[in-house]
Amino acid sequence: MLKEDRRVRIICGHYGSGKTEFAVNYAVKLAAEGGHPMLADIDVINPYFRSRERSAELEKLGVRVAASSTSATSLDLPSISAGVYSAFDDHSTDAVIDIGGDKGGITVLNRFSDHFSSPAEYDLFFIINAYREATKNASQITDYIDIFENTCGLKVSGLINNTHMLKSTVADDIINGYRLAFKVSEKTGIPLRYNSGMSGLYEKLPEEIKSRFFPMELFMRDDWMS
Amino acid sequence: MEKMLMKGNEAVGAAAIKAGCKYFFGYPITPQNELPEYMSRELPKNGGTYLQAESEIGAINMVFGAAGAGARVMTSSSSPGIALKQEGISYLCGAELPCVIVNMSRSGPGLGGIQPAQGDYFQATRGGGNGDYYTPVYAPASIQETVDLVQEAFDVADTYRTPVIILGDGMIGQMMESVEFKDIQKRRLPQKDWALKEHVEKGSKKLINSLYIKPEEMEPHLQKIFGKYDVIKKEEVRYEKFNCEGADVVAVAYGTVSRIVRNAIKKLEEDGIKLGLIRPITLWPFPFEAFDEISPETKAFLSVEMSMGQMIDDVKIANAGRLPVEFYGRPGGIVPKPIEVVDKVKEILGGAK
Repeated sequence: MLKEDRRVRIICGHYGSGKTEFAVNYAVKLAAEGGHPMLADIDVINPYFRSRERSAELEKLGVRVAASSTSATSLDLPSISAGVYSAFDDHSTDAVIDIGGDKGGITVLNRFSDHFSSPAEYDLFFIINAYREATKNASQITDYIDIFENTCGLKVSGLINNTHMLKSTVADDIINGYRLAFKVSEKTGIPLRYNSGMSGLYEKLPEEIKSRFFPMELFMRDDWMS
Repeated sequence: MEKMLMKGNEAVGAAAIKAGCKYFFGYPITPQNELPEYMSRELPKNGGTYLQAESEIGAINMVFGAAGAGARVMTSSSSPGIALKQEGISYLCGAELPCVIVNMSRSGPGLGGIQPAQGDYFQATRGGGNGDYYTPVYAPASIQETVDLVQEAFDVADTYRTPVIILGDGMIGQMMESVEFKDIQKRRLPQKDWALKEHVEKGSKKLINSLYIKPEEMEPHLQKIFGKYDVIKKEEVRYEKFNCEGADVVAVAYGTVSRIVRNAIKKLEEDGIKLGLIRPITLWPFPFEAFDEISPETKAFLSVEMSMGQMIDDVKIANAGRLPVEFYGRPGGIVPKPIEVVDKVKEILGGAK
């Protein structure tokens, strides 16, 4: 399923929507499907919960990680490793680009704009969590999409319904998010690519969500977190 | 307001606005930046003013001005920034001005690092500035509790005319959790007849400062302030006691660390070991009364902190020499794992046999 997506998958959205968790899961699944994933962490917005904190674990699962050029995982310097260029330039990799939230996060993409080749090589996935204050209705989301597209020059090519309440998510939460994402999709013509959620919820979901279900595991939340 | 997923820092901002905070003065520092950012976006929409000051010192003195005028006002920062504010906090205490100060603390001393730490316990509970004073300190352990305590902090500040500190660690600021904005129980608040606003309206003169040149005036001023502290110690102590009845060891932990201890409690249960938890919600006043009753089975207290050991001093005072007081700490920005607490408890019990 993931291999049908375009080679460079860029994950964007409002901060706190679950972009990093989705990006990490996506890269791990790509590796499991026999791809050659490279996870490029170009989040210069968040000081905590960045995919680079999980580098060692991810490398073991077959995911290459490129992040900051400084060795400290916890520095808040907006420095990005030159290794990130290979996500764009090396056509043998399946790239997953985890960017920071909001406009500030997506602005970083512009640094790589001269490395963008054909638009057919890019998927810009917009993550939706209906429980985030700034993306709880369709017009807020389409405003975000407009700003993002104008900031980076790429078009959002897919919506990801990642609506959740962390570990207390129930099937209805995913269904609520699906309704919202569906509305955005109808309004914009952008296809709803995946509905993500903890794999245990799959059986409780209606068929239209099941067919595009993306099962998640939590890599970024420690076991004491809710 | 329905249930939402919020980052701790945003939730502080939303709670402050709900509590009627109209002014925010601050200066950026990681890991609390989402709070000023939220306030800069949302306060103007709610009839308030957000102003980025030229420094933390500037910000706290603007808080002095707004509080003196009679407004609900907040500032926030993280450890080194809070250190810079200490002069202003001392002045606010001396002038008896209410405000809420948020510290999403990181490691130190000095610039330290940006990861969560609890090394500001002494600074918050002992009065980090000069002179004789304390400030009520709330230490939330979840984003929901943060939302509730921030709202209450404004009422406590107004009730006692004192700055109130919300001490989260960086994890509380950065973590996402679901929150609900419930109406908190309203207190009957005193009239702000001391505030400049009232005097300007009446055309009378009023000077608010912390200068008392004559010792025979300064002494009663301090006695008056400490009289309020006695009331605060009686009325405002807050803590949670969990699983302590018949516990082999009782852990004492606040904020993020208390969550980790709860996880350790579950893990230890599987091995037939009972770990209790005393979770101070107010760090000052410290919940000494929570230590009054100790089960005869309990062999030790264990202070777990993201520091080299600061709250342990209060635990020792509370314990009053009855039991051994052990310590487990991860300073410098490391968040301990539940298994580390499990191992420490087993070590304590092994040693006791």
